[in-house]
Amino acid sequence: MSASDQPSLSLGASFFRQFLRHGKALAASPADLLNPLLFFFMVVTLFPLGLGPDPERLSQMAPGILWVVALLASLMVSGKLFASDFEDGSLEQLCLAQHPLAILALAEVLAHWLGTGFLLALVSPVFALMVGLPIQALPVLVISLLLGSLCLTLIGAVGSALTVSIRRGGLLLSLIIIPLHVPVLIFGSTAVVEATRDGNAVSWLALLAALVLASLALAPLAIGAALRISLDNG
Amino acid sequence: MSLLIATEVAIERGDRPLLRGVSLCVESGELWQLVGPNGVGKSSLMRALAGLARLGVEGAIRRQAAALFIGHSSALKRALTPLDNLRLHPACDMPVDDQQIARALRSVSLAGYESVPVGALSAGQQRRVALARLLITRARLWFLDEPFTALDTAGCEWLEQQITGHVASGGAVVFTSHQQSRFGARQHDLDLARYVSL
Repeated sequence: MSASDQPSLSLGASFFRQFLRHGKALAASPADLLNPLLFFFMVVTLFPLGLGPDPERLSQMAPGILWVVALLASLMVSGKLFASDFEDGSLEQLCLAQHPLAILALAEVLAHWLGTGFLLALVSPVFALMVGLPIQALPVLVISLLLGSLCLTLIGAVGSALTVSIRRGGLLLSLIIIPLHVPVLIFGSTAVVEATRDGNAVSWLALLAALVLASLALAPLAIGAALRISLDNG
Repeated sequence: MSLLIATEVAIERGDRPLLRGVSLCVESGELWQLVGPNGVGKSSLMRALAGLARLGVEGAIRRQAAALFIGHSSALKRALTPLDNLRLHPACDMPVDDQQIARALRSVSLAGYESVPVGALSAGQQRRVALARLLITRARLWFLDEPFTALDTAGCEWLEQQITGHVASGGAVVFTSHQQSRFGARQHDLDLARYVSL
């Protein structure tokens, strides 16, 4: 049966399909969704034990603690982003799709972010109260984590695409992406620190948003190119 | 009409040269089998022809029609059902509705398995899900790498029917198989042993 007379699929529909496919696969494995949250919870509980229970000191350090832990949680899951697609052959099929690989891969990254960074940002106020972050800083914390985690995920996706064909590429992945994570960490945690002092958090959030836009524009191109290289090596 | 023209293709894997001087012209309505012993480079050539590998591939490869590639890995998500796997397949190039997919699954004798996760199916059944894609594609050029693996007799017959039907309706198929001349006189053989790079 030849169906070459059938209408072809639009870019938007392809994008949505890819988004849905990755989202459904994530939703089907709750462990992958819960792992970063559990990690966040465990590490945040350790800090009062290690630093002593003095609420004042804790609340002073809270912005930094929360942001570093969020960064590590993102680093932990970003290695897995394209791993299953590489193993089961979805990646080569994605390369054969009629639409640009960069855009279809972006759909996958966004679905991944919704299941990890987005969720983490939404529940972060609970963890923030555990380390005594002042309540007035909570909205800024959530916004900074929403923006920041998207940026971290996009950067992590570039690293994941580059290292997916390498066995045990975890260390290499960290080496590649941690330097790129540094500006995000600085802008994000500074925004929260400013919010605790009733300072000017908005300008830091704006810088963070600029980073998000830049990485949304540039990361997909790098991801697409890196995925093709990885496929050639695989 | 030529659907695929490859001229003087050379392939290397790692640093080791595998094949050189492979030229091939696949016309619409033709059925080609890549023949050769294990390790000669059948899969590598197939991936190069399908446009998957670029590193280590020299020569000109022109595909003049949409291509479909089904290789060793199934490209199925184990956690998803056959229905979702086919509906959301990354290389699927046409809008599909559930009825079309249900029909395709019936055709590969998997009716009733629509909502069972693919991971819970047997190897042969997973292969059937992967091959059900042949019924929901616009591609005229099919690349099938060892498509008969893990299929039972009925499955092999079904696949042979699909391939002959596709060729008869003006498509073209390039495939590999460890069984010689499965389609008898209707197929062309490309013996890769002749192109082994020394």
